[in-house]
Amino acid sequence: MVFHLDKCIGCHTCSIACKNIWTDRKGTEYMWWNNVETKPGTGYPTRWEDQDKYQGGWEKRNGKLGLRSTGKGRVVFNLFHNPHQPGLDDYYEPWTYKYEDLFNAPEGNDQPTARPISMVTGKHIDIEAGPNWDDDLSGSPVYAENDPNLSALSPEQRAQLSAIERLVFFYFPRICNHCLNPACVASCPSGALYKRGEDGVVLIDQKRCRGWRSCVAACPYKKSYYNWNTGKSEKCILCFPRIETGQAPACFHSCVGRIRYLGVLLYDADRIDEIAGRPDNELVDAHRELIVDPNDPAIIKAARENGIQDDVIRSAQKSPVYKFVKEWKIALPPHIEFRTLPMLFYVPPMLPVMSSFDGKTVKNMTEGLFPDFDKARAPIEYLGKLFGAGNNSKVRYVLKKQMAIRTYRRAVTVGDVEMEHAEHMLREADCTVAEAEAIYKLTSLCTFEDRFVIPPAHREEAIEMTADPLEYKQSVGFGFKEEVKRGL
Amino acid sequence: MAQNTNILDYFNLFWFAVLPYVALFTFLLVTIQRYTRRGFTYSSLSSQFLENKIHFWGLVPFHYGILTILFGHLLGFLIPRQVLLWNSDPLRLHILEVTAFIGGIFTLVGLVNIVIRRLVDPRAKVVTSTADWVVLSILLFQIGTGLFVAIFNSWGSSWFAASITPYFWSLLAFSPDIAFVTPMPMLVKLHIISAYFLILLFPFTRLVHVLVIPNPYLWRKPQLVRWYWDRKKIRTPGFKAKRK
Ligand code: HEM
Ligand code: SF4
Ligand code: SF4
Repeated sequence: MVFHLDKCIGCHTCSIACKNIWTDRKGTEYMWWNNVETKPGTGYPTRWEDQDKYQGGWEKRNGKLGLRSTGKGRVVFNLFHNPHQPGLDDYYEPWTYKYEDLFNAPEGNDQPTARPISMVTGKHIDIEAGPNWDDDLSGSPVYAENDPNLSALSPEQRAQLSAIERLVFFYFPRICNHCLNPACVASCPSGALYKRGEDGVVLIDQKRCRGWRSCVAACPYKKSYYNWNTGKSEKCILCFPRIETGQAPACFHSCVGRIRYLGVLLYDADRIDEIAGRPDNELVDAHRELIVDPNDPAIIKAARENGIQDDVIRSAQKSPVYKFVKEWKIALPPHIEFRTLPMLFYVPPMLPVMSSFDGKTVKNMTEGLFPDFDKARAPIEYLGKLFGAGNNSKVRYVLKKQMAIRTYRRAVTVGDVEMEHAEHMLREADCTVAEAEAIYKLTSLCTFEDRFVIPPAHREEAIEMTADPLEYKQSVGFGFKEEVKRGL
Repeated sequence: MAQNTNILDYFNLFWFAVLPYVALFTFLLVTIQRYTRRGFTYSSLSSQFLENKIHFWGLVPFHYGILTILFGHLLGFLIPRQVLLWNSDPLRLHILEVTAFIGGIFTLVGLVNIVIRRLVDPRAKVVTSTADWVVLSILLFQIGTGLFVAIFNSWGSSWFAASITPYFWSLLAFSPDIAFVTPMPMLVKLHIISAYFLILLFPFTRLVHVLVIPNPYLWRKPQLVRWYWDRKKIRTPGFKAKRK
C-alpha cells in the first residue's frame, strides 16, 4: 500500500466509506479503522505516537526484540487489568443528536435544538473531543503543539512551525499497516490474530478472541480496537471480501484525491526478525531490502516453491507499490522505529515544505539548484521523525526527487525553466528522465487499473466469499452470525 | 418428630446428593455446547475500556484473591493427606490459614469495588447485565460465607481435608455419602450449596472466561500465519517437472 500525501485533500471520504461499511454497529461507534489526521497534531487516539504513554510496538532489550507493552512472562500477571490499554477518553465518546426533538418539541418562542447524546450511555453529553477535533489545525495551541513528533525540533523550529503567517500542515490518512512484524499478532495470548499467507492481511479471529486486549495495547499505531459491546477486539480487515473479489478496499476505492495505491509485494519472511532488529537509522533501507524483486528468476522460483500462485507473482511484477517503494524509493514507512515493519508506505508531502507565503502569494523557494530543505517551512526534522525514524536523509532524498520531477515537468509543459537545468536537477536527485516520466504518470495520470493491481481472486480457494456483506449490515460478524449477548 | 427428620433428610439428599450432579452435568454439557456451537460468546467481556480507574482496585485484588483461594481448595481436594501433614505443626497451620484468610479479604475487597464500580459508573452500567448481577451476588454470598466460616469454624484447612474431601470423592465415585456433610454447621452448608449454584450457572454466564485462559501463548512462536490456499497444490507443477 502507498499513500501519496501530496495528493490528499483531507476530505475524510475514506473514513466515511469505511465507517458505513464496517463500524456502524453497537460497540464500534468510536472506531475509525481509517482516520485522517492533520499534522502537526495529536491524532487519534490522542498522542498515539507517544509510546512512553501507550507502550506500543517493539523495543530492543539485550539485543533481542520484545514487545514494549507485554511479554510472555508479564502477560499472565496483567490479564485481569491491562496496564497499557487506552480508555474511551483517549479516543472520544461517540455521540449522535436527538433529532426527534426538532420535530416533537412543543411550540414555543425558541428554536428547538437537537442535543448531543452519547452513543455509549444514551445520556446527554457535552462534546469535548472528536476523532479529528484538531482538523485543519483548529485549536492548534492545544493540539498541534502537543504533537509527539515535535520533540525532534528545536524551540526556534517549533516557533517557526506554528507562527501564524507561516502556518503549515498536511493530512495524514491512516489505516492498519498490515505489518510484516505485527506487534498485535505477537501479543495475543489467545493466538486469535494472524496474518494471512496469501495476501498478508492481518485479521482477528472473532471466535478465538477472548477480549484480553493485548493487541490494542501492543499496536503502536493504535489500529486495533476493543469492541465494548461484544467483548472482542476488531481492526481494519483491508476489506478482504472486496480484495478477494478483485476490488479495491472501500477507502482506496472512494479516495477523492486518488492518493492510494495497492499492489503485491514479495518479501523474504525468513529475514523479518533480523531486519526488525537493525539500528534505527538503518531501518528504512533494511525494510526495503526485505522486499524482493518479482522479476528475478530465482525469486520467482522460490515464490512458487513457497506456494505463491502464478497470477500473484504476475501482479507483483506490475505492482505500483513496488515501484514507489523499491524502484523509485520515494515512499517511506511511517514510524518504522516501532519495528513492526509496516506495509503501508507514504510519499512525504512536498508542498507544505517547499513553498512560502509572503503575505500576497505562495512562492516556491528556488534559489540555487534545490531549496534549502533545512530552512523549509515545515522543518525536515519533523518529516524525518515521522517517516525516517529520525534519518532525515531519507526524506531529503524523496523531496529532492519530487522537486526535480516537478521542475522537469515544468520545463516540458510550461517551458519557463531550462531543460538543461531540469535535467541537471534530475541527475542530482538520482533520477533519470524515463523514471521522472514514470513517476509523473503514476502520480498524476493514473487510472484505476494503474493504482490497484490486485491479483484475481481464487474463488475455488477463498473461503470467505460465501457471504453477502450487506446481509449483515449493523449486525455482528461476517461469515457467521451470532447474536451478541452478555451473559445469560 | 420422625417425620421432621425425614423431611430434613430429603433436604439434605437434594442439596448434597442431587444438586451437585445437576450442577456438574449442566456445567459439562452446556460448556461444551456453548464452546462448539456459540464459541463467539467466550470472552472476558472486559469493561476496562469504559472505566479505567476503579477497575484496577476491583479486578486485580479480586482475581489474585480468588485464584489463591481456589488453588487452596484444590489442594485440599487433591492431596488431603499432605495438607493434614503440613498442618500437624501449629505454625505451618497458622501460615496456611492466614494466607487463605488474606486471600479471602483480597477477594472481598476486590468484589466490593467491582460492585461499586458497576453501581456508580454510568458507562460501566451500560455493560452490566442481569447475569452479571446474579454472578456478582452469588460470588459475594460465597465469599461472605467463606470468610465467616474461616472466622467461626476455624482451621478449615484441616477439617476440609478430613471430612469434605471424602464427601467430594464419594460424589465423583457416584455413591454420594452425605453423612460427611449433614453434621456440618449451617454456614458451611450454605457455602457448599452456593458453590453448586455457581457451578450450575457458570456455563450460562461470563464466568466461562475462566476456561479459556490462554496457555499456548507462553510456548508458541510470536507470529502466526494462516494459509487458505492449498500450497502443496500450487507447488505440484514444479514438483512434477522435477520428477520427469
Ligand atoms: C483463571 C484465570 C482468570 C483470568 C485470566 C481472568 C480474567 C478476567 C478478565 C480479563 C476479566 C475482565 C476484566 C475487565 O473488565 O477488564 C475478568 C472478569 C471477571 N472475572 Fe475473571 N479471570 C480468571 C479467573 C476468574 C475466577 C476463578 C473467577 C471467579 C470464580 C472470576 C470471576 C470474574 C468475574 C466475576 C469478573 C467480572 C468482574 C466485573 O463484574 O467487572 N475470574 N476476569
Ligand atoms: S498497524 Fe501493524 S501492529 Fe497495528 S494492528 Fe495493524 S498489523 Fe497490527
Ligand atoms: S479520501 Fe483520499 S483524499 Fe480524501 S482524506 Fe481520504 S485519503 Fe485523503
